[in-house]
Amino acid sequence: MSENAFAPEFLVAMFDDQRRLVGAVNAVRARGLRVHDVYAPYPVHRLDEAMGIRRSRLPLATLAGGVLGLVSALAFELYVSVYDWPLNVGGKPDNSMLAFIPVAFELTILSAGLATVAALLLRCRLFPTIRPRVVGRSVTDDQFALVLRWRHTAFDPQVERLLYEHGARDVSRKAIER
Amino acid sequence: MTPSALAPVSPQKPRPAPRLVQPWIAADVSARRITDEVMHPLISRPGAAWLASFALAVLALAVGVASVAYEVATGVGVWGLNKTVGWAFDITNFVFWIGIGHAGTLISAILLLLRQQWRTSISRSAEAMTIFAVLCAAVFPLIHMGRPWLAFWVIPYPNSRGPLWVNFRSPLLWDVFAINTYLTISLVFWYLGMIPDFATLRDRTAAGSRRLVYSLLSFGWNGSARTWSRYETATTILAGLATPLVISVHTIVSMDFATSVLPGWHSTVFPPYFVAGAVFSGFGMVLTLLIITRTVMHLEHYISIRHLEVMAKVMLLTGSIVGLAYALEFFNAWYGGNVYERYAFVNRASGPYAWCFWIMVLCNVLAPQLLWIRRVRRSVAALFLLSIMVNIGMWFERFVIIVTSLHRSYLPSSWTMYRPTIIEVGTLVGSFGLFFTCFLAFIRVLPMIAMWEVKAVTGHASETTHE
Repeated sequence: MSENAFAPEFLVAMFDDQRRLVGAVNAVRARGLRVHDVYAPYPVHRLDEAMGIRRSRLPLATLAGGVLGLVSALAFELYVSVYDWPLNVGGKPDNSMLAFIPVAFELTILSAGLATVAALLLRCRLFPTIRPRVVGRSVTDDQFALVLRWRHTAFDPQVERLLYEHGARDVSRKAIER
Repeated sequence: MTPSALAPVSPQKPRPAPRLVQPWIAADVSARRITDEVMHPLISRPGAAWLASFALAVLALAVGVASVAYEVATGVGVWGLNKTVGWAFDITNFVFWIGIGHAGTLISAILLLLRQQWRTSISRSAEAMTIFAVLCAAVFPLIHMGRPWLAFWVIPYPNSRGPLWVNFRSPLLWDVFAINTYLTISLVFWYLGMIPDFATLRDRTAAGSRRLVYSLLSFGWNGSARTWSRYETATTILAGLATPLVISVHTIVSMDFATSVLPGWHSTVFPPYFVAGAVFSGFGMVLTLLIITRTVMHLEHYISIRHLEVMAKVMLLTGSIVGLAYALEFFNAWYGGNVYERYAFVNRASGPYAWCFWIMVLCNVLAPQLLWIRRVRRSVAALFLLSIMVNIGMWFERFVIIVTSLHRSYLPSSWTMYRPTIIEVGTLVGSFGLFFTCFLAFIRVLPMIAMWEVKAVTGHASETTHE
């Protein structure tokens, strides 16, 4: 999202109903226009397909975190128990690999989970000090907003009518509340 | 399929409405109303019932703080432990609280993967319960160390004692890693779930310090569909990770016992038995808390009788698994032919602690069988009573496992009795105080119902009825 993501060249259509929203997204895309984004109070069924959002690559972060956690945990346990200070505990072998599994498992889960969340927050730019760029206060409550770039729609005055036809409650050019 | 099933249905006979497709929350509850009602406790003045409960909880917490302070200042000798019974109240409480936490993760992770919609209205409070229960549990191993200020020694870090590392072969150390991972992942999962709700609260609050706090907590969330898409992926992944995690936690707790050679502990049935027991006790606690909360906070249409009924069914299932495990233990003790093992179980059911054993059987095995009856499952009073019984029964289960096995093992000359001191009772009371103080604060400070999840369920329900 660029710095002036919600400068007035955006066309914002508000919807009351998720079904109409998905219909409008389909119609807009069928017309060859690109949907800038949709804002919704909850994840909407079939919206991903309608908007053509690709599958997230977050699982790669999970995998990387998991592998890192597993390998480093096992390596550390081996280093500690076999190489750095072998200690005879109840006659068990220095390399008690089976007994090392539980801790390695926990650290795999821990680092996979934290890596997933870190990747999500970084990719979606979620952080406490980030100022919310909210298209309207109601989109976190009960309304849905379909946002288009105005410079595309400027050449197609039909778009506004198309949005109303698909159940938009209100279509306007507006700047984001800062 | 039988031929009659293929026959056309006569149009005169109206079919009964299929019960399974009924929405969990009435579809006519608008999203705005959900926000209003969930926000209400956060902005209104607390009622007398809440204030009285909170005062009671803080009082119990104060008793706990005093008991722990006395124990730490004086030494573990103020407890009733002796050379034979080295684990008793503290480890019982530890296992009890860790078990309570399991229902929260089951509801938020496993039921998410199974796409159970009823979880949405209870998931937030169940997750909160998990975190508070794990905190209560963590207190007990810490104070049992006697010198809790040296608790960081369980963390392997380069130290000036060699470095002398921790023993990775010990189940007690596995516990350290399991519980810290569990607490961390649960906290992250809980917080992540609240981010969209904090954004809702932020946008509903007039400018001021309250709004600033919500704004910081909401991480700049703006409801973008692209963010939602990734968010849902991340939530599913975390649920997938939390599922084996929650099973591993109580498995490892059970290994604290199962890897020893003590009769009554040394058993391969322990991990599944403990996990089922944990879910059972957790659902008992969830029911207790939610029955109180829904009544006091007037949330009956979010946490409906159907929600309570489903939880009762989970309790019936897990309670029956626990009952089966008790029976299996006795069968193995008899069939295994080991005299020590056999004596441990005879002693459990007829020795000096038999009354504990029979309370356990009554509360965990017999009483939940009433849940086969639909009328019992749909009676709030009966469920409340049963949930309290399950809490009591599961506490006694851990006490029975720990104390009866320890107080009479291989060496009859060491046989002895264990009796808790007032300090130990005070610490148990204090842990309940900590738990309820946290929970009561939670329901007034944070949105106790996951607004966005409930809105998604009602929104999709209205979509289906339109079609």
